[in-house]
Amino acid sequence: MTDLETFRSETRAWLEENCPPSMREPVRSEKDACWGGRDQSMLTPDQKLWMNRMAERGWTVPDWPKEYGGGGLSPAETKILREEMARIRARNPLNSFGISMLGPALLKYGTHEQKLEHLTKIARGEIRWCQGYSEPNAGSDLAGLQTSAEDKGDHFLVNGQKVWTSYADKADWIFCLVRTDKTTKQGGISFVLFDMASEGVSTKPILLISGYSPFCETFFDNVKVPKENLIGELNKGWDVAKYLLGHEREMISGMGLAGPGGNPLIEGAIATIGLDDQGRLADPLLRAELAMFEVRAKAFGAMSEKFIDELKAGQAHPAQPSMMKYYGTELNKARYELIMASGGSDALEWESDASSKGAKPRAWLRTKANSIEGGTSEVQLNIIAKRILDLPSA
Amino acid sequence: MPLYLNDEQTMLRDTAKDFVADAAPVSHLRALRDANDPAGFSRDLWKQFAEMGFTGILIPEGDGGLGLGHVEAGVVLEEIGRNLSPSPFLTTAVAAVEALKGTAHAAQHFPGILTGETVAALAIDDGPKHRATVAMQAERAGNGFRLTGRKQFVTHGHVADLLIVAARTAGAAEEDDGITLFAVPRDAAKLDVTPERLADSSIAARMEFDGVEVDADAVIGEVDGGAANLKRLLAAGRTGAAAEMIGVGSGAMDMTVGYLKERKQFGVTIGSFQALQHRAAHLYSELEVARAATLKAQQLLDAGDERAVSAVSVAKAMTGLATTLAVQEGIQMHGGIGMTDEYDIGFYMKRARVLAEMFGDTNFHADALAKTAGY
Ligand SMILES: Cc1cc2nc3c(=O)[nH]c(=O)nc-3n(C[C@H](O)[C@H](O)[C@H](O)COP(=O)(O)OP(=O)(O)OC[C@H]3O[C@@H](n4cnc5c(N)ncnc54)[C@H](O)[C@@H]3O)c2cc1C
Repeated sequence: MTDLETFRSETRAWLEENCPPSMREPVRSEKDACWGGRDQSMLTPDQKLWMNRMAERGWTVPDWPKEYGGGGLSPAETKILREEMARIRARNPLNSFGISMLGPALLKYGTHEQKLEHLTKIARGEIRWCQGYSEPNAGSDLAGLQTSAEDKGDHFLVNGQKVWTSYADKADWIFCLVRTDKTTKQGGISFVLFDMASEGVSTKPILLISGYSPFCETFFDNVKVPKENLIGELNKGWDVAKYLLGHEREMISGMGLAGPGGNPLIEGAIATIGLDDQGRLADPLLRAELAMFEVRAKAFGAMSEKFIDELKAGQAHPAQPSMMKYYGTELNKARYELIMASGGSDALEWESDASSKGAKPRAWLRTKANSIEGGTSEVQLNIIAKRILDLPSA
Repeated sequence: MPLYLNDEQTMLRDTAKDFVADAAPVSHLRALRDANDPAGFSRDLWKQFAEMGFTGILIPEGDGGLGLGHVEAGVVLEEIGRNLSPSPFLTTAVAAVEALKGTAHAAQHFPGILTGETVAALAIDDGPKHRATVAMQAERAGNGFRLTGRKQFVTHGHVADLLIVAARTAGAAEEDDGITLFAVPRDAAKLDVTPERLADSSIAARMEFDGVEVDADAVIGEVDGGAANLKRLLAAGRTGAAAEMIGVGSGAMDMTVGYLKERKQFGVTIGSFQALQHRAAHLYSELEVARAATLKAQQLLDAGDERAVSAVSVAKAMTGLATTLAVQEGIQMHGGIGMTDEYDIGFYMKRARVLAEMFGDTNFHADALAKTAGY
């Protein structure tokens, strides 16, 4: 057996033994996923067990270095681990902005001390992070942000307001863009980290069309942020921010992919609509729409694999995450339109047991944000046009 | 295997790119069309393809070929597509080679393909739409068979040295068992071949088999057992057509993006208009996704993976969608000049349509995926 084959069989055996049955069912909503954090009472016992077991092996972040809590796996081993998890439909042990966004930025821009301090806690699910980028007047035009950080010798004094901060009310720490120089736009932004329990931080949840309120308005009133929490250089935070956005887009683009095993979209349609005597879905137009969607979804699956392979080999165009984000999120919205069309009135029930507390309609409404969060589809298209196709500015 | 070209494949691509752009750019197609060339492609060019070694890409090393795979064949096909080069490469060096591989006919026909003497054509479509069925009859007669029925969309059929004909020796139209493939000489008696020029100025034949008699050794593979060879032929043909379409779509997109950077209206280049930028960026995304799907199908075919069947359908359907968009947006964004015969973009539209139809269109393959998934 080659090393990789051995790795696969050992991984398979370990997962079989250690992944609790309840962690092998699809996540029904954002609420149902494991996000870790200081307040571990929000986790179910199985979530906690699964997260801890995986974290012990460094498998919540399998490709991070071991010294920072990762698994130290090679790209090929990471791929095998993902495949083996998909095979038994294992849930992600830990969903976290720390893993998908802050981590990669810290790995690139953090000092050794910053990495030791923060990465290990992210890997073990001890600290839950939120992202303080957007402001009321700085959305797509993010570099227009105004939240200020004044140099006070050993610390910064932060004042201002953020908005659309996902889970700000549940997060332990924030990675935050602040203005440290008012005379230039991109060149006056710094990237800082601070504890959400700091004096002067307050949050106010905003209710969404899905009935959930995962995001907040976040206010900073004379918040003291120690200088050692600056990531990268002063006034060079925009570089860190953009690097992180690339990873955020990459993560969001994965939403266009069907989950592991089976095909819930098709199974759902067959269950409600039924097959005709030729074995075809008894709604020919919906069948055609589903089939055409599947062509794109499967092709995008290949694209995702190609993109990841190219990233690992350093061959991907730096703006390619914008393409992935654009395509993946538009695809995911289309998937949920079809899920709703297939479900009929069953998919409309907002609170019933049959609808798992309205999981489908809520998820459908939630997907509408996919093409807004992390930069809108229009902004991604701008980036593709300018940076990949090299089209001129107006 | 990572989903991008390895170093050798990249080298082959660079070679193919230069060679095809040099030997058979779009002006070559235009010249053949303007001359109303009766063959529809150049035999000289076909010989040059052979000299480059391209015609032997899929032929096993034991038979004198390069023993490479569908990824490598696709690399050449993409360049053929980008330059709209009229060539029997897809039918002969890709689809026919796959059908003949491992049969007694390999020894007979591979040498000619390797030297660029032989052109093969595929008589597999009974009607104007490609179907997964074979209806044409082949009855036993003497020590051979008698073929009766009609075929169409037989590209290069009027000049081919070898016709591969799918007929039925038993069973009903939609069954796999009972299909037999035959190697038929084009000048066989009672075979009426009518060449028809297609929209893209290539030539495909309609064929009337009025009791065409062939010997038993005309059978490719097994009697009644041709489905396996036919499936290999189709998988190769579909994947190859997808690769060629990626070339056509990319060529059209490159032309269009180039035009957006150069054409001025209202005092600015039209490429600075966001409405056009967004459509161009969307098109880029569709084509990249189609390209990934095609590479995936090629790699799975080369690995002999059973998931290749679905992946091939995804690739053919997705390239159909993306390339159709590329040529439609291409003409629209060129404005009036895009409608002129003098400008090349229209040639891309015509070739894309022909390739989209060949070996099953997007709907055919989407339907196949749905059936496999059980709905
Ligand atoms: C579910 C969700 C979670 C989020 N989580 C976070 C978070 O955790 N932290 C955080 O900081 N932010 C978060 N955001 C905010 C998100 O990043 C912004 O909503 C996004 O960047 C868009 O900004 P905006 O809402 O101000 O829209 P605007 O910028 O006001 O855009 C309005 C419309 O104008 C279009 N538009 C704007 N500029 C252009 C242009 N140049 N060309 C063409 N069209 C343009 C946009 O595409 C959009 O359609 C989240 C958003 C959502 C929906």
